[in-house]
Amino acid sequence: MKFGVVQFPGSNCDFDTFHVLSKVMKRPTVMLWHKDHDLQGVDCVVLPGGFSYGDYLRSGAIARFSPLMQEVKAFAGRGGRVLGICNGFQILLELGLLPGAMLRNKNLKFLCQHVHIRIENDRTDFTRAGTKGQVLRVPIAHFDGNYYAPPQALKEIERNRQVVFRYCDAAGRTTEEANVNGSLHAIAGVRNERGNVLGLMPHPERASERILGSVDGRTIFESLFLSLERARPGRRPAARRKARHDR
Amino acid sequence: MRVRILVSFKDSVLDPQGQTVKNALHTMGYAAVQDVRQGKVFELDLAGTTKAEAERLVPEIARRVLANPIIEKFDWEILKGR
Repeated sequence: MKFGVVQFPGSNCDFDTFHVLSKVMKRPTVMLWHKDHDLQGVDCVVLPGGFSYGDYLRSGAIARFSPLMQEVKAFAGRGGRVLGICNGFQILLELGLLPGAMLRNKNLKFLCQHVHIRIENDRTDFTRAGTKGQVLRVPIAHFDGNYYAPPQALKEIERNRQVVFRYCDAAGRTTEEANVNGSLHAIAGVRNERGNVLGLMPHPERASERILGSVDGRTIFESLFLSLERARPGRRPAARRKARHDR
Repeated sequence: MRVRILVSFKDSVLDPQGQTVKNALHTMGYAAVQDVRQGKVFELDLAGTTKAEAERLVPEIARRVLANPIIEKFDWEILKGR
């Protein structure tokens, strides 16, 4: 199981993410340069936080044209796991791998604080180590995290159970105050229909060590490890179903 | 040829920056201002482009790059050349 962390000019959580995956979680991890065309055989691509291309034009709008992102798009199309954190989430939206778009935070402030998010769905590749309704305490640091999707798209996202995390208070209640950036339906994290791509605004890599005040972010990485182990050839549920049918 | 492209939020999307400017204008006494929408302006110099080519090229550039069609709309005009 090998992880790849993509570096863009302006990424600033790349080394934090690399550190947590390789040193804290102890999984083989490589850095991937945005100008390259080779994913180096990784099993999971992580797009880290930061300000790729200075957030010029719109957050993530330029990074999506990087050569490596075309490889990431093809990788996701083949079912490869992709995790976008903060700016990585914004890039995935601009790339069209995830539905919706980001608007400026409702109070027009850059928000840098710990928030609580609730696991809405624990049957995803990114949350299976947690439980539905579990509250995670993780930090956010963004200007454009106000999630928006047109009404019809939002309906479909909810119907398909694509909402993975919602902003909530410490007790797990979704309140207007807890929805700090004004996201529609308090959406903090959303996955694609197929379920192999997740974007979230909070930073799990900044909440994976005791010394940093929270280890709740590990749930997301541990879920990915479980998912990737399950995805070994011959162990896919679909393959098992087919085998039974053939018998 | 020089063209100008104006990108702004769709009417259905809340524009918090425009709202803030509107509130400031009201504070200053400009009560006539009913609404403010903020946008971005791009000016493109196009080499050796006819009007017909620009009519194909500019909306394509606006849709693919300059605007995010989920939240934004665009208008454009020719400033110079024909």
